[in-house]
Order: sequence, then C-alpha cells, then structure tokens
Amino acid sequence: MALAYGDHEIISDLSFELNRGDFLIVIGENGVGKTTLVRALFNQLKPRAGEITFAPGTRLGYVPQFRNLARDYPLSVRDFVALNLPLTLWPWPRRKERAAVDHILAETDLTRLADRPLGLASGGEKQRAYLAQALVVTPQLLVLDESTASLDNEVKYDLLDLVEKFRQAGVTVMFITHDWDLAQRYGTRYLHLTPGGYSTGPIADLPASPKGEE
Amino acid sequence: MFALSFMRYAFWASTFIAVVAGAVGVFVVARNLSFLTHTLSEIGFAGAAFAVFMGWSALSGMLLFTMASSVMVGQMSTEESRREAVISATSALFIGLGILFLSLSSQTASSATSILFGSVVGISRGEVFQLGGLSCVVVAALGLLYRRLKFSSFDPVGARVNGVGERGVAVIFLLIVALSVSVAAQIVGSLLIFILLTLPAASAKAFTTGVAKMMGLAILFALAGAWTGLYLGYLTNWPVSFFIAVIEVAIYLTALAYHHSQVD
Repeated sequence: MALAYGDHEIISDLSFELNRGDFLIVIGENGVGKTTLVRALFNQLKPRAGEITFAPGTRLGYVPQFRNLARDYPLSVRDFVALNLPLTLWPWPRRKERAAVDHILAETDLTRLADRPLGLASGGEKQRAYLAQALVVTPQLLVLDESTASLDNEVKYDLLDLVEKFRQAGVTVMFITHDWDLAQRYGTRYLHLTPGGYSTGPIADLPASPKGEE
Repeated sequence: MFALSFMRYAFWASTFIAVVAGAVGVFVVARNLSFLTHTLSEIGFAGAAFAVFMGWSALSGMLLFTMASSVMVGQMSTEESRREAVISATSALFIGLGILFLSLSSQTASSATSILFGSVVGISRGEVFQLGGLSCVVVAALGLLYRRLKFSSFDPVGARVNGVGERGVAVIFLLIVALSVSVAAQIVGSLLIFILLTLPAASAKAFTTGVAKMMGLAILFALAGAWTGLYLGYLTNWPVSFFIAVIEVAIYLTALAYHHSQVD
C-alpha cells in the first residue's frame, strides 16, 4: 500500500501483516510516516494504492500520546471511559454497558479512582484511563500511538505490563514508538519505518538502535 | 402574581427557556462555543429586526436567521485558527443589518428594546405553546444525539478515531444552539442570551462530574435565575433580565470559589 497527502507521498509500497496475539512494534524516526499509518488504519486517510483489510468484525481501540485536558476537566474517570460505549440513539447506559465499564475499570486498576475527576489524575492514571476507554469496546486490535512518550520510566513499564496482560488474553497490540528499549522489552514483531523504506520481522531481528537515536 | 395571565405565560416561557438553555449550555461550554452563542444572538437580533420590518413575529425571523447562519458557520469554522475572525466578521455584518432593518421599519424604539433586552409582558398564550414545542424539539434532538455529542464534546481526540462523525454532529449541534438562542431570546433578550446559555453550565461544571448531572444542575441554576428574576421583576417593576443576570453571575462566582476551595 502507499499513503500520501496530496502530492506528498509519505509511505510508498508498504506491506505487512498482523496476527492475533502479536505485539507489533512500529518504530522509526519522526517524519517517516508512523502517524500517517495510524490515520490510515482508522480510516481517516485513504491509501493512494493498495488497501488495509481486517478480519470481519474487527474492532479497533486507540490510545493516543496525549490529550489536551485542563485541570478543571469535569468528567470522572468512569464517565470518561464510558464515552466510548456504542453510539446508540438511547441516551442512558444500559445495565450491561455499566457492567462493561466497571469490569474494564477493575482490569486497569482504576476502580479506586473511578469517581474522581480525570483532570486531577496523574499522567500515568490518565494514560490508564485512555487505555480503559479504548478497551471498553473489547477491541481485537489495540493501537498505542506513542502512548508512553510523556511518562516516567517506571510508569511506562506499568502501563505496558498492563497492555501485555491484555495481549496474553488475546488482544493484538500495535505499539507506535521511537523507544528502542521498550521495543526490545515488549515486542514480538517489529515494523521499522525508514525514510523511503521499511523492514519487518520477529523482534529478535530488530536492528540495534541506530547511532544518534535513543 | 399568577392572577395576571401574562405573568403565567412568562413563567411557563421562562421554564422552557431555562430547561433548554441549561441542557444545551453544558455542551456549549464543553465545546468552547461561548463566543459563538454571542454571535448567534446578534444574528438573532438581525433576524428579529428583519421580522419586525416584514411584519412577522420576532421568533420566526430569529429562527430563520440563526438556523441559516449556523449552517454557514459550521461549514466555515472547521479550522480553529480562523474561527474567531470568521465569527467577528459575521457579528459585525449582522448587527449592521439589524440596525438597518429597525431603522427601515416604523416602530423602531420599543421593539428594539424588547428584542435586545427581552420582555415578559409581550408573551402570548400562542407563543408559550410555540416555545414549548421548540423546547421539545431541542430536548428530543439532544436525547437522540446524546452519546455522539457527549463523546465529541468531552473527548474530541477519542471521538475522531472512533467514528463519531464529527462534522455532522457539529452542524446538528449548531442548529440546536440556534434554536435555543431563538427560544431564550424571548425572555432575556438577544443581548443577554449567553447569561442562560453559558453561565449555568459553567457553574455546574464546578460542582459535579458526569454530563447528565451537569445538565441537571445547569437546568436547576437556570430555573433558579429565571423564576426568581420573574418574581423580583414583578415585585419591583425592574427589568427581569437584570435580575436574571445578577443571579446567574452570583451563582457563577460561588461556583468559582467552591472550585478553588476544592482544588487547593
């Protein structure tokens, strides 16, 4: 597949496969098209050539790097997670939906914080809430878009340990990052994007961090 | 005071207005559209002036102008950086038009003040039913759109990737705001619409988490202002809009103080 904005081709001729239970690391410097790839996955950009196919009924979850939430952001952690419930015309959450929210809050260790305003949560707690929101629809593919970039090391590991738990329960993970240490530590496969090209394979084949990059 | 029929009508009208403005206001505040409601009320002023000029009811002129322009603004304002300039230009044009229509029509002075500052005396039984009907439309639209509106207002990042269809939601929401502005202007006047459309919602934000609770609280604050305002207006013969404004500002200041005491 090829991806482009107008005449500006970002990715030319990319082909890769994701299988259930993979922890795919998408790695590369800024500007090689990681974000472009995410936009294409979420149907916000049409590939110029080729296509992205999912197994029928695949649901996607997305955890962004960061959201612009002020300290007076009014929603509680629980209500924030519940935003991603199915967009039906019925305004009130059904009992089953409420149970799904409670379940995912417990799974992501947020039950204790559920009724606190999200604006007052710490960076790591916010990321966990973003993760919970993405997971509340029980996606088969979870896309983490530089989700650890603004976190301290220890908090990064906590978050990714949590993600790993969900992967072992059958969720496929696609982790976009430029952190080579995290890639080696959590990935099972990699997709290394470079200006004008790419390589892919099992994580053991991921080249060591190039000079000048961390 | 309810012995007077116009007070009864004003009471009902202000109840509808408070419910609509409180509920819609929560999303107006979340989407940072306070400035836009101000513009829509100026456009509404032009619409009402046009209606006076044509010999229609002020409400129909307001609806016509605000609905048409909210669709236009929705198309133009997708780029955030340009939004304020576009809105200022629109405001300027419509205030100018409003002044023109008023000066062209014969009954300038009194109708101008009642459009700009609102009036409780002028509300008829038929208008109460009109307001009630429009309020039901707004509430029903909010209900059907609730989940999408909530997602795109309180988490635009998540809404975008989860296929909420933001553009559609934005345009429909602007239409809802246009309707609410036209409804609210009947009592508080087009200059003071944002009192009811933004202050109760902004105050509610400080006291609670959760969208439904904020809506409930915002409606309560709007009702408190509207009813007390009507009553004080009846007692003193001072303008109702004045009392509503003072009460809503007082609630807002209390909310700010409360919020600071909680955070620090």
